[in-house]
Amino acid sequence: MFEFISNHIQMIYLVILMIFVGIELISHVPSVLHTPLMSGANAIHGVVIIGAIIVMGQAEGTLSLILGFIAVILGTLNVVGGFVVTDRMLEMFKKKK
Amino acid sequence: MQEHILQFIYLVASVTFMIGLKMLSKPDTARKGNLIAAVGMGLAIFGTIFLYKGSNGEHLGNLIWIFAALIIGTGIGVYMAKSVQMTAMPQMVSFFNGMGGACAALISIIEFSHLEQSGMEVHGQHLLIILAGLVIGSISFSGSIIAYGKLEGKIGDYNLPLQQVFNLGLLGAVLVMSGLMIAGQISGLSLFYSILGLSVLYGLIFVFPIGGADMPVVISLLNSFTGVAAACGGFLYDNYVMLIGGILVGSAGTILTVTMCQAMNRSLLNVLVGNFGGGGTSSGGAAKSGGGIVRELGASDAAILLKYAKKVVIVPGYGLAVAQAQHACHELETNLEDGGVDVKYAIHPVAGRMPGHMNVLLAESNVSYNKLVEMEDINPEFASTDVVLVVGANDVVNPAAKTDPASPIYGMPILDVENAANIIIMKRSMKAGYAGIDNELFYNPKAHMLFGDAKDTLTKLVSEVKAL
Repeated sequence: MFEFISNHIQMIYLVILMIFVGIELISHVPSVLHTPLMSGANAIHGVVIIGAIIVMGQAEGTLSLILGFIAVILGTLNVVGGFVVTDRMLEMFKKKK
Repeated sequence: MQEHILQFIYLVASVTFMIGLKMLSKPDTARKGNLIAAVGMGLAIFGTIFLYKGSNGEHLGNLIWIFAALIIGTGIGVYMAKSVQMTAMPQMVSFFNGMGGACAALISIIEFSHLEQSGMEVHGQHLLIILAGLVIGSISFSGSIIAYGKLEGKIGDYNLPLQQVFNLGLLGAVLVMSGLMIAGQISGLSLFYSILGLSVLYGLIFVFPIGGADMPVVISLLNSFTGVAAACGGFLYDNYVMLIGGILVGSAGTILTVTMCQAMNRSLLNVLVGNFGGGGTSSGGAAKSGGGIVRELGASDAAILLKYAKKVVIVPGYGLAVAQAQHACHELETNLEDGGVDVKYAIHPVAGRMPGHMNVLLAESNVSYNKLVEMEDINPEFASTDVVLVVGANDVVNPAAKTDPASPIYGMPILDVENAANIIIMKRSMKAGYAGIDNELFYNPKAHMLFGDAKDTLTKLVSEVKAL
């Protein structure tokens, strides 16, 4: 436990800071924007695709290759789908100005 | 050198995520914010592909496969996101969220079998991260898929006997098995897959009994789960951009979840283990059913009432979304406005299936932004309103929330439509809303029911109003 924390101390600090940043960024949002915001946040956690790309790029066996391939596809779905859906929602907010 | 450039790219990407989220929280900058975050994501992805170096300094291989997967994923993603109906937006978000969760779980699976095969002793800390990604990712995946199915109407609510006990037991089993594995007491591939299986199962039965009305909260919660799963990947690869992106979404998503619960005046725990909307063990609540006479009204009478009113407030609900009636609704609004009627929309924070769902939907049919009035601002106005038109909303206008302490929705802030001079309620039938409770408002002497599909009825109303 302590070993884990001290081995990753920089990242732990970062985690704590980011928790506060996340709270701060979201706390003054009009409810109108909740859905697009949730969708935008959804797209951002698609950053998990980077892990999938790293795994895929280092994969050797057929099984890892297949699983990695699927992982990259799913991650891309998350990223691309997430951003496009968010953009579609927000596009409508703009139009009727 | 290349590694340094990559680190710089990750730094830029992390900043774009923060700026993007910040801009997403203001109406004027929201769209640009989304775009900025997307650009940052693109940089991080392509930077990783071309500049990433493994522990032995080798570049990533299998580039053809990576690009093939990227192209396939982009094609499907764009197609789905572009073709989805605006009404189906919440389940689309849930689906994409599930894909992210599955991606995180797959990374853990591959990493683990990789470590097993290489015969290396799997270190406790390393295993902790792998297992955390696996468990959280797979719960998020299976839970999101159930939420998707529920909102699509493909999956109903199920309540097993002793559901809560079973859920807790399952979660306990997952945690104990993971704990023992990390402590090095037990090991093996089959154990790893058992943990995977139980986590997936937990995600399923965790969402199964939760009612449709609570799905937005569940989706938002699972969204932050996936964020945390992505952050596990950050620990796994010492990758700061994954860590920052994941934790940002994890914490922002949690706050959003809590905000949504507050809008319904309920605690998160109550949503997750409560029986609201689940049916099953629902206590009290249904007490005052059948209490009174329901007055029905024809489209032509309703049209007269609306046409000669000074001020009309429309209360949209999920019924409007299901019937795709937003355009017909806007048409009615413009026709009434042309006749000199003041028309506004009253937006309850949890109307529809997601906060802001109604805003998105009505914006699609060009309803002006300043006509959409939030609950706190519209409530004092009902007293001076001639006609309230409730379109497919139910629980958000149920006076039981204020008057009946036994009601499961007691305490939820509602729209005070009963203060208006006339209330027209458009509904398909007398069936109860998602909370599964009767609505006293329907028996109010000022209320009139206008039965039928929201879209058909609104279209009829438009032609009646035009004919007057």
